Amino acid sequence: MKIGVLLKQVPDTETKIKIRADGKGVEEGEIKWVINPYDEYAVEEALRLKEKAGGEVVIVSAGPARATEAIRQALAMGADRGIRIDTTGIEQDPYTTAVMLAGAAKNESFEIIFAGKQAVDDDCAQVLIGVAEKLGWPHVTPVEKFALSGKTATLQRPVAGGTKEMIEADLPVVVGCEKGLNEPRYASLPGIMKAKSKPVAELKASELLGTERARINVTKYSLPPERRAGKIIPGEPEAAAAELVRLLREEAKVI
Amino acid sequence: MGNVLIVAEHANGKIKKYSFELAGKASELAKELKGTVTALLIGEGAEAQAGELGHYGASKVITASHAELKYYTPEGYSKVLSDVIAQEKPDVVLGTASSTGKDLLARTAMRLGVGLASDCVDMSVSNGKLLVSRPVYAGKAIIEAIPEGIPQMATSRPNTYPVPAPQSDSPSVVVFQTDPGRIKARVKEVVESEAGMMDLTEAERIVSGGRAMGSADNFKLIKELAKAIGATVGASRAAVDAGFASHDHQVGQTGKTVNPTLYIACGISGAIQHLAGMRTSKVIVAVNKDPEAPIFSKADYGIVGDLFKVVPILTEKFKKLLQE
Ligand SMILES: Cc1cc2nc3c(=O)[nH]c(=O)nc-3n(C[C@H](O)[C@H](O)[C@H](O)COP(=O)(O)OP(=O)(O)OC[C@H]3O[C@@H](n4cnc5c(N)ncnc54)[C@H](O)[C@@H]3O)c2cc1C
Ligand SMILES: Nc1ncnc2c1ncn2[C@@H]1O[C@H](COP(=O)(O)O)[C@@H](O)[C@H]1O
Repeated sequence: MKIGVLLKQVPDTETKIKIRADGKGVEEGEIKWVINPYDEYAVEEALRLKEKAGGEVVIVSAGPARATEAIRQALAMGADRGIRIDTTGIEQDPYTTAVMLAGAAKNESFEIIFAGKQAVDDDCAQVLIGVAEKLGWPHVTPVEKFALSGKTATLQRPVAGGTKEMIEADLPVVVGCEKGLNEPRYASLPGIMKAKSKPVAELKASELLGTERARINVTKYSLPPERRAGKIIPGEPEAAAAELVRLLREEAKVI
Repeated sequence: MGNVLIVAEHANGKIKKYSFELAGKASELAKELKGTVTALLIGEGAEAQAGELGHYGASKVITASHAELKYYTPEGYSKVLSDVIAQEKPDVVLGTASSTGKDLLARTAMRLGVGLASDCVDMSVSNGKLLVSRPVYAGKAIIEAIPEGIPQMATSRPNTYPVPAPQSDSPSVVVFQTDPGRIKARVKEVVESEAGMMDLTEAERIVSGGRAMGSADNFKLIKELAKAIGATVGASRAAVDAGFASHDHQVGQTGKTVNPTLYIACGISGAIQHLAGMRTSKVIVAVNKDPEAPIFSKADYGIVGDLFKVVPILTEKFKKLLQE
């Protein structure tokens, strides 16, 4: 089975974000880059499927040269090869990213694609959906349980308030992976050694995009308003609790 | 002329409160665009309630039902939404950043080849166009952006705007004859785990417990406090990983992003990934025994103390207050 994984390299969740002086982006200098946490679930699920069904796991990432590092990490986990769409100088938004990824996926004729439910930098939760639409495939996201029998996938999708949908999807399908789907494995030392010689092909973004342009025009980056520390309510539990209840009613007016 | 189409949602025969919120905001935007608001209600069970959307600013409501639209499917619903957009030709299409809204608008925007800004925390009109603000990097930065194309599309985070006072206006309600097309991912079954639990992303009040709760059994202190004030129960990742609460309850970067009026964090240190999910809460309360806990630097009100003493007293006091 030919399995695709959409993988994005993002800043580590601990990274402090600094806005560039021109307000048009963030400073990338001190960022520590990692695989998007949800995409690790996607890699793991793809590897598990390959272990059952055989075939090949191909990692596809659209990003600048540094993204190759994230692809190598997934190869070290056990994926077979990688494709990096070089986006240097390209205006990347969910639309253009989905167009490029769908283009690369089409060339590969994947039978299934795993992605993260969301990238933790732009927090859009759009790209995998765009890829599915562009390919004319169904998508299911977020997914916390996945099983495949023949050409039909069974998926569990959490929706509002603890309710879960059980979904049946015809292959090919794009699956957006949620925390809880699996426990991603760590790369083993031999895995890391092997990854060094696995192929990572490079595609040009402009060839996949043609005349397509970004659909989101970002006019400004800023920092969120700082929350200032409020009141510490002194006193023994009894008195402090009474005062808190009073403040929530009379001052904050939320009760 | 700039007309706004909103996607309204419903569950159990009732229109969602966040859809009234959205109708209210949309009617403000439509005024500036010199247009009107049309609401679209897809699926079965709430057609009789459609007129209520008129009380919050929609001058027209379109209902679209079909046996294949009983449950949300991205393929079926996006086909209907695109068909309605083709007929109505709105300049702006808005939805809520709920599990349905985010998914549906993303699929539809791609289908139409237009820009979508998801999970917005502000929307306004600038030079005759929709301008939005949305958090990125888990709320560590905010971008201002213009979604390009016609229609411009955006989803709004629930609880961002107040629900306007209802007016007595009644909208025209029209039925849209619809064909959801071929659906390749079908909902076979819907399982409710905790009946009646409101989703954290919509909740107006949340009480969350952290690692300090110590056990699933002790988590009932959180549930009792939540019940006393009509809140939904949340949890930190440490509490979820330890099995005190299920993942549906997790607030934070790899859990839910919440936006309540009141967030009470009990025995939660305030790690950056937890803050990522709740920093836009209007009022934050922290109960923690460590006066140095980072959560206190973000909290509006804090009590330094043992939660096992403080929380039950709080529950009693709220119960008393709310009974009066
Ligand atoms: C990629 C990534 C994603 C993550 N995503 C999330 C996420 O979505 N959500 C999330 O919450 N975390 C997330 N985390 C984890 C996060 O970094 C913290 O580890 C977690 O939030 C800590 O949970 P906690 O505050 O309950 O536990 P702790 O940090 O252990 O804090 C417990 C607190 O309880 C206090 N305490 C102890 N006993 C008592 C008592 N008797 N009375 C009162 N107070 C007491 C202590 O002083 C302490 O402050 C993520 C981490 C990573 C790396
Ligand atoms: N540049 C990219 N390269 C590869 N995959 C991506 C890229 N951007 C997003 N994705 C995939 O799409 C998912 C959702 O991303 P987003 O819409 O940006 O939140 C991610 O978890 C990835 O699996």
